Amino acid sequence: MTVALGEADLPMIRSRRSSAVARGDRRPWTFYALAVVFTLYVAALYGPMICIYILSFQDIRGGLVFPMKGQSLHWFIDLFTQVRTGDVKGSFDRSIKLAALVTVITLVVSLMAGLAFRRRFFGDTVVFYLMIGSLVAPGLVLGLGIGLLFQWIGISPSWYTSALGAQLSWTLPFGVLVMFAVMSRFNSVWEEAARDLGATRWQTIRLVVIPVLAPGLVAVALFGFTLSYDEFARTLQTSGSLNTLPLEIWSMTLNVTSPSLYALGTVTTIVSFVIIGACIGAIIVINKRRGVRATGH
Amino acid sequence: MQRPNLSAWLYVTPLMLVLVPFFLLPTLVVLVASFFETDGFGGLLPTFTLANYVDVLTSAQTFLLYVATLKFAILTWLFTLIIGFLVAYFLVFHVKNQLLAIGLFLICTIPFWTSNIIRMISWIPLLGKEGLVNSTLLGIGVIREPLEVLLYSGLAVVIAYVHQLTIFMVVPIFNSLARIDKRVVEAALDAGASRLDVMRYIIIPMSKSGIALGSTFVISIVMGDFFVVKVMSGGGSASVVSAFYENVGVLQYPIAAASAVLLTLVLIAMIALILRVVDIRREITQ
Repeated sequence: MTVALGEADLPMIRSRRSSAVARGDRRPWTFYALAVVFTLYVAALYGPMICIYILSFQDIRGGLVFPMKGQSLHWFIDLFTQVRTGDVKGSFDRSIKLAALVTVITLVVSLMAGLAFRRRFFGDTVVFYLMIGSLVAPGLVLGLGIGLLFQWIGISPSWYTSALGAQLSWTLPFGVLVMFAVMSRFNSVWEEAARDLGATRWQTIRLVVIPVLAPGLVAVALFGFTLSYDEFARTLQTSGSLNTLPLEIWSMTLNVTSPSLYALGTVTTIVSFVIIGACIGAIIVINKRRGVRATGH
Repeated sequence: MQRPNLSAWLYVTPLMLVLVPFFLLPTLVVLVASFFETDGFGGLLPTFTLANYVDVLTSAQTFLLYVATLKFAILTWLFTLIIGFLVAYFLVFHVKNQLLAIGLFLICTIPFWTSNIIRMISWIPLLGKEGLVNSTLLGIGVIREPLEVLLYSGLAVVIAYVHQLTIFMVVPIFNSLARIDKRVVEAALDAGASRLDVMRYIIIPMSKSGIALGSTFVISIVMGDFFVVKVMSGGGSASVVSAFYENVGVLQYPIAAASAVLLTLVLIAMIALILRVVDIRREITQ
């Protein structure tokens, strides 16, 4: 096949464009093979998740496996009314608040770090490797370290102190890495132009840098919120006496064997999807507006 | 020369204010605690002893745990690499419409932003004894009795890992493949290279940085995981971190700390080995 393709190309070397076009017309067999691989991958990615969403809508006879037994919202109501399943409402509330807090801090700190890393500075390698270390460190080990540290200093751990810090040690490296990707396409000429026109440093950031980087910042917020909202390993030993939602799900995984576990999965995934949809939508809208303005000129 | 340095440090100060108390200090605390003795009630006696390390290093269990964890790490790495590379390659080189490629790429990444635990338990209705896979296979008569190895087994652990972590391969490999100038591939084909040659001499060498970055993520996550192993193996398998967590549970902090230090050293060695092929910092910041 590869040999045949090479020979077929030989008469067409007249120009690169013509040979490229000729190649584009006939798709190689690898296209179809890889399309199958891709489809199977996506099916395996979403298939199991879709199964539990469907199973969460069973009625009271429902079990953990197919076939589906009736249709109702029984397990969703069960989830928020039964004591047996734990304090779902409270942990849901805490997780949302914590994720919002983490998002704001991640946004500001990542933007600042992204601005700093555009040029080399003394000690930048140390900061960089601290960040990578924080990213790959096993969450439970870090959790133990933070727990012991708080114990030695004499602060009792809680979700808005130790767990907040533990989650930031995970979301910030991601945020900064996304900022690196965003910054690599940022042209500092715009910034210089603003400064030449007399803008102060803060005005430059507020009126030039942030609007230009807006889509990237939305992406950083998306990472900040979702990674915090679903964080488990680092929060497990640092959240103190009150659970966040993933900790609640974890304890349900070990104790609850009814579809209310699936119902919780459906609810939390809906929240994630709403956030993801809002962020992707915002990025598309920002880019579209820019496109209109660019062609309008 | 001093002034730009100073302002750069001002900009990274908030980052350091998180990394120092919530990464650097906790890591040092674990290191220090690994040389302490326990009073048996969760308190630590500030002495200097190597007994914890002797305990960890001489126990046969440690060796078995590392073998088990490494087995999962290598299997997961292999599958995520193959699937991740094929998916990324398809998106970059076979999907000609760029908007479609971005859309398909997003479809791959969306589950990353949802709960890992939920994605893990979502295999139960499929792989269980009365699950979809077993009932389908029974239905078409391939098997007579339900397969028990599907769920709560090593197989289930690997399936859950691959399901969760392939995205960590797809994204960096996608990025490095997307940076390959398509004209280079065209030139090679025009010069008579076979498509296998193009793969061997252009695409794989140029995607090395993405592969290295993805491998770092996958290996460090599998080595540091305990909850997938715990749930998906049904308690049948243990990992280095699950043993660590059991020690924490019974307040044996110094031993837990010593095994954490050992794990960290092993991880650093593995990552250093992977990163020998690529300057990670140059790759990321460019």
